[in-house]
Amino acid sequence: MIGPEIDRLIQLLAKLPGLGPRSARRVALHLIKRREGLMGPLAEALAAAASSIRTCSVCGNLDSHDPCFICTGAGRDPSLLCVVEDVGDLWALERTGAFRGRYHVLGGTLSALDGVGPDDLSIPGLLERASQPQVGEVILALNATVGGQTTAHYLSDRLAPCGVRISRLAHGVPVGGELDYLDDGTLTAALRSRRTL
Amino acid sequence: MALLLTRDHGRHAGLLHGGQSARYRALLEPGNLLTAGWRARVADQLGSWSLEVERAYAAPFLDDPQRLACLASVCALLDGLLADREPHPGLFGATIALFEALSTDVWAEVYVRWEIGLLEEVGFGLDLSRCAASGQAASDLFTGNDRLSHVSPRTGRAVSASAAEPYKSKLLPLPPFLLGLSEGGPEEVQQGLALTGHFLEHRAFAQRHVEVPSARVRFVERYARIHRP
Repeated sequence: MIGPEIDRLIQLLAKLPGLGPRSARRVALHLIKRREGLMGPLAEALAAAASSIRTCSVCGNLDSHDPCFICTGAGRDPSLLCVVEDVGDLWALERTGAFRGRYHVLGGTLSALDGVGPDDLSIPGLLERASQPQVGEVILALNATVGGQTTAHYLSDRLAPCGVRISRLAHGVPVGGELDYLDDGTLTAALRSRRTL
Repeated sequence: MALLLTRDHGRHAGLLHGGQSARYRALLEPGNLLTAGWRARVADQLGSWSLEVERAYAAPFLDDPQRLACLASVCALLDGLLADREPHPGLFGATIALFEALSTDVWAEVYVRWEIGLLEEVGFGLDLSRCAASGQAASDLFTGNDRLSHVSPRTGRAVSASAAEPYKSKLLPLPPFLLGLSEGGPEEVQQGLALTGHFLEHRAFAQRHVEVPSARVRFVERYARIHRP
């Protein structure tokens, strides 16, 4: 009933995060109906991205240039190095516009249950960068999870001989958060990290 | 797929629909105590979970590298040593007790006791009740001004100080707090970790042809580094 090309398109779309077979069929139909206006440009954009995007050899970011635009950006503060788990976290921090330093993408966090050890992360590159004289502070922007914080403590130990200031993101009440709805752990962390007004 | 330690059914796997989503990420943190429902058409199937957090034990310790490393070590050891669907209700209770004890000052001593309990559950229990050489009970030795002071690395049986004297270098020191003779402390905890570590490495994990989980190794290294004399 469905041709092999469409079937393959549906199968590939169903592999995207958040899409199952039903929604993949809907997306495929939407694309097919808009072949000229959407499907063609999308296919071109995908092909261009696939051929040009590479991993930055300095920080691990994804960009069409190596080193990436953040590592080569003139307006970036070279004394600040922000360590993130994944490129998605780097993008999230960039969206805020609040950080003007440089990044280092670890490529994961330590996980005893998933068998992820220090050798699986880009730690040697981080230590090398943190040892450079222009770096003054390393910010460990890792998730507030067991894996994220275990990694943060591990990195803090490894970075200690580099002689840089080591900091981490605050844990506590999110903007717009109501205390009544927060879990005990977040409230405890918020109380511990309270500031003088 | 989510792997849980359950009270009545041991290490148990099941599918969690949408388990990779942000909604479930906080729920599936190692060390969380959950209320879990498992459903399958027949018992042999993988089945699926319905989960709800009862208590997030790790959350208060995210800033405490030692306790966090301890919690990670517990989860890694349980994952590495327990067989699927083999009930260990005692070990489940001991694990909850250990997580409760993490907020106290004696958490490290409790952890060593927990590892001894774990070894016993997986078939490598230590015999700290009497001297392997003389056969005297620990309580009898104590009244006679002697005490169990070492453990044989081969048999896991305790030896009294007088009997251990000629072979001291070949035996593992037995920290007095494990016999209720002291309150413990960092030095005794490290002796305890070396004792349980030997049997975890050379018995429990060697039998499975795998190495001791890196989470335990990191925990022991961190503890030793912080409490270096």
